[in-house]
Amino acid sequence: MVMKVYGPVRAACPQRVLACLVEKGVEFEVVHVDLDSGEQKRPDFLLRQPFGQVPVVEDGDFRLFESRAIIRYIAAKYAEQGPDLLGKSLEEKAVVDQWLEVEAHNFNELVYTLVLQLLILPRMGERGDLALAHTCEQKLEKVFDVYEQRLSKSRYLAGDSFTLADLSHLLAIRNLVKEAGMAHLVTERKSVSAWWEDISNRAAWKKVMELAS
Amino acid sequence: MALKLHGFPMSTCTTCILTCLHEKGLDFELVPVNLFAGEHKQPPFLSKNPFGQIPVLEDGEFTLFESRAITAYLAEKYKETGCDLLRHNDLKEAALVKVWLEVESQHYYPAIYQIVHQFFALPLQGKTADQAIIDVNLEKLGKVLDVYEARLGTTKCLAGDFYSLADLHHLSYTYYFMKTPWASLINSRPNVKTWWEDISSRPAFKKVAEGMTFGDN
Repeated sequence: MVMKVYGPVRAACPQRVLACLVEKGVEFEVVHVDLDSGEQKRPDFLLRQPFGQVPVVEDGDFRLFESRAIIRYIAAKYAEQGPDLLGKSLEEKAVVDQWLEVEAHNFNELVYTLVLQLLILPRMGERGDLALAHTCEQKLEKVFDVYEQRLSKSRYLAGDSFTLADLSHLLAIRNLVKEAGMAHLVTERKSVSAWWEDISNRAAWKKVMELAS
Repeated sequence: MALKLHGFPMSTCTTCILTCLHEKGLDFELVPVNLFAGEHKQPPFLSKNPFGQIPVLEDGEFTLFESRAITAYLAEKYKETGCDLLRHNDLKEAALVKVWLEVESQHYYPAIYQIVHQFFALPLQGKTADQAIIDVNLEKLGKVLDVYEARLGTTKCLAGDFYSLADLHHLSYTYYFMKTPWASLINSRPNVKTWWEDISSRPAFKKVAEGMTFGDN
């Protein structure tokens, strides 16, 4: 039975899951969820995901939500096929986890807030808080400085190989660079630039971008 | 000693790891970090965690930061010892532990952090708590707890009928929250209340809670 991914292909968190599935060569089916009409908040969807969010994955009758938990499951279940996204040794796995947590706690919120203020609210006809967006940008400068330091010593965040830690950043950095006019955060940093060039040109990510277009 | 934890015994993230270490019955050294002096924002510490945050674990030559990565590392390394916190023998159970760890991280923690921070941390810095921020987050936390109430009506603990890291990571913030005037958010929900009483009475946590003295007179 093919894995089902509930969520629009254009939404960020479903893309995190799709990128992982494509990297691992796992067959899947996308079941579109109409976020604009609030489908995710309706009772029948809430049975799938009680917080009313996408994505949800159904692997047979096993259901999961929270994209970072889903990608860990996929990477573990399909450990023997495709690239190793988890790390081999205990220490390598822990470092992958560490940078996944950094993405979740030190990075994602800043990008989300910035994109909300600069893009999403204006698109909905509301005024974004430019001062807040600027504060997020300044904090992101400091976060990217740490990434620059890290990536000057190691090709990818967790070591010499592409892992879930790098994958988890793809959608947010794409939004910063392509949509929010924040490309300088990447281009002004040599190692971050090289890393972004590398990970954003992976075949799997390009496939996800094609699906989303 | 091989295991060194750099942190602060009253701090929520440090105490999560202390609880995990006790659940596994491990020997370790707690190396205090002087937060009030800004030790965590200065070069020697920054070489351990470039984001300038506690806690940091050193296991011999290996250094790790981010509390949820640290507990997962300890639970994996010592999976044959003490409580099975990660359900390493069952792919689906292990996945559910990760799901509810993410729920804690993305839904529970953002709301409860704001309440605990306003009520306990700001007064320590000579500032006044902002009741508006507290109120907004009490409402958010209430909605999250409604989901928990439904979930815990079907399972004993969050990931299933077994205690796991997913439950453990709720202990520290909830412990402080129960000292605020809003403990009724937990106590008014019978399944959540039973779960809270169960997980907070585990010996490993009780040992750690002795050092968690914010809010005590």
